Amino acid sequence: MAVDHSTTDVAQLAAEQTEEEKPKKCAIVMMSGDMDKAMAALSIATGAAAMGYQTSIFFTFWGLKIIQKGGPTGRSLFGRMLSLMNRGGIDRIGPSRLNMGGLGRWMFKRMMAAKGVTPLLELRQTAIDLGVRLIPCQMSMDVMEITEDDLIPEVEDCAGVATFIAEAGQAEINLFI
Amino acid sequence: MSEELKADLVLDLKGLMCPIPVVRVSKAIKEVPVGGVIEATATDPGVLADVPAWAKSTGNEMVKTEREGKAIKFWVRRLK
Repeated sequence: MAVDHSTTDVAQLAAEQTEEEKPKKCAIVMMSGDMDKAMAALSIATGAAAMGYQTSIFFTFWGLKIIQKGGPTGRSLFGRMLSLMNRGGIDRIGPSRLNMGGLGRWMFKRMMAAKGVTPLLELRQTAIDLGVRLIPCQMSMDVMEITEDDLIPEVEDCAGVATFIAEAGQAEINLFI
Repeated sequence: MSEELKADLVLDLKGLMCPIPVVRVSKAIKEVPVGGVIEATATDPGVLADVPAWAKSTGNEMVKTEREGKAIKFWVRRLK
């Protein structure tokens, strides 16, 4: 009986401890390279981090533009063309609708500034300061001929789908943007 | 009356919009001792819903909210 009792206590204690120590997690896939969607993703990520969630954003395909430094990329003809027509960098991305060759981006930036909305660059820095993990997708980088040197230094090592699934499997909040 | 609550830290969140007010509160709460109170003034009406949600999620206490024209004043207490 006494043994049973103590075992229960230990088990209970362990359960309580794991419950207390188990961090809440939020995992986001950033597929889009659009300004509006980046704004949503970075707002959610900073908000989640502020609310105590360990937050990761996986940047894949067009999403890589959000963590690119903004210089030209690519080795092959296609790779360089891609960079020419679709340059990365958080200041270069435009809204998903009404971009109108960059006019929309300019307009949105002005409207956001007028309302005191935090600019994307600052929002990304806030996310970094709060410990949001920025994880680039290796495969997209290979396809698009983007190297680690093309990315901002705050990103973590490139990873693949298994890293995302491992993270997403423990996360209460999973988003694909 | 606000005089009843002694604030350990005063935050000015005027002009800031989502998600920054919540981010600032979450950073500031670490600077007050457990049981300590933050007094903040914001202009984003979003804080009326977001700060209580933040408090509930992080296990802190939303003490009260007051509106003074366009400004929203609120007090949160650190519980852990």
